[in-house]
Amino acid sequence: MKFIFLLILFFANSVKAEKQEIILSSTTSTQNSGLYDYILPMFTQDTGILVKVVAVGTGQAIRIARNGDADALLVHHRPSEDLFMKENFGTYRYDIMYNDFVLIGPKNTNATFKNLADFFIEAGKFGTFRFISRGDDSGTHKKEIELWNAFTYRNPSGEWYIEIGSGMGAALNMASATNSYTLSDRGTWLSFKNKGDLEIKWAGDLIMQNPYGLILVNPDVFPHIKSTQAKIFANWLISSKGQKAIGDFKVDGKQLFCPNADKTNTKSLLACPAN
Amino acid sequence: MNILNATFHLISSGDDTLWSIVALSLRISLSATLIAALFAIPIGTALAMGRFSGRKLIIMFSSSLMALPPVVVGLAIYLLLSRSGPLGDYGLLFTPTAMIIAQSVLIFPIILALTTEAVSPLEQNYRRLLKSVNASKWFRLRILIIDARFSIFTAILAGFGRAIAEVGAVIIVGGNIAGSTRVMTTTIALETSKGNLELALALGIILIFLAIMVNSIMHIFKSMGQKYHRESR
Repeated sequence: MKFIFLLILFFANSVKAEKQEIILSSTTSTQNSGLYDYILPMFTQDTGILVKVVAVGTGQAIRIARNGDADALLVHHRPSEDLFMKENFGTYRYDIMYNDFVLIGPKNTNATFKNLADFFIEAGKFGTFRFISRGDDSGTHKKEIELWNAFTYRNPSGEWYIEIGSGMGAALNMASATNSYTLSDRGTWLSFKNKGDLEIKWAGDLIMQNPYGLILVNPDVFPHIKSTQAKIFANWLISSKGQKAIGDFKVDGKQLFCPNADKTNTKSLLACPAN
Repeated sequence: MNILNATFHLISSGDDTLWSIVALSLRISLSATLIAALFAIPIGTALAMGRFSGRKLIIMFSSSLMALPPVVVGLAIYLLLSRSGPLGDYGLLFTPTAMIIAQSVLIFPIILALTTEAVSPLEQNYRRLLKSVNASKWFRLRILIIDARFSIFTAILAGFGRAIAEVGAVIIVGGNIAGSTRVMTTTIALETSKGNLELALALGIILIFLAIMVNSIMHIFKSMGQKYHRESR
């Protein structure tokens, strides 16, 4: 009797899997902001295709797609995306949207800096200064390492530099609890609810741009990939309706992502998102 | 105060999403407990009965497995069920089934070790008697399980407790997909990462209540059984 029950349980799941659905391997920054909760119901209503989002760091998201466990990939680290394409795991990459990275730090501090280069070069010399690094191979972590290397030509080290190996939320929670600095994407920062005494200390430089790309996983490598449905999803995201939905998404009245699939429509980074 | 308010608000709002998450948590953890118990109880009892060389080693090994970190179990199951893994063709990754498998593997050693522990003293008491009536192996197994059922019951509860509270394994093999593989613990992790600390704690309180409810229901059954047990003597 029990075995029959178990069998039913197992098969109940595999029957459900026959529905029209795709798995999207993506980043916590897009998930935590609430973007998917806003745009995916519209897509499902238009097409009948359900998008299941697995949100992890960019490094892990790419790994999931490389294993053939996702039909599409939406991440934010261009060099890793290009490598994924070069190794033939993807069929096509689409520009979808962008926002920017922001430098987060405590409101009340005597540490001052004139520009971004000044901050990164002088970091660690401010006395009680602490910097929380994601240290988890995510898109944001990769960007942060890029910034240190761009301004100081080396990887940071010292007691003030704390690698926590966790997600953006955990890093912001820790920065909030210890009044430290950290690098965040604007989406996660704006929707983050435990800001405490933190604020944006610097934003707007072109080097801080944070573009998101969608890649369709190659069905020649993994025959089970639902390439047709994934293609429909990509076409919807770059359509005027999908792009408008991304631009319309707001948290507390603030736009989080700027659609950029349409190359003829060029806005400057500083104009969008408006802070 | 804030947290109690948040909890109360969460429960009283009668949010459908919340209840489907609660239901999925229960479904997954109860299924995992059932599957693990189905295998662990007979094997654990057999281990207590057995007199073969290497038995002590197996018992020691199985109790060490109680210390398995959920993340490691999750990772192993992930690699097994991944499309690039040996069981990839079934497409079970990121489904509730994968989560049931992971939790079953995680709590199997717990129920196994605790069952062996519970049956061993009883087995020593019964050994001569069962031998004198020339009882078959199956009969001995059944008698021991039935007579140790109250201690075995505690083993099952311990297994369930670990399953329902666990987050590391299910977040890897389930993917924390909204409306599909999102359970209580992964929701708590997600809300914490969004900085919704009150909401996360409120969900934690609901999880505790859930565990208390399941435990009390099982304890009622247990005491009913014990009463019956005494009266039938």
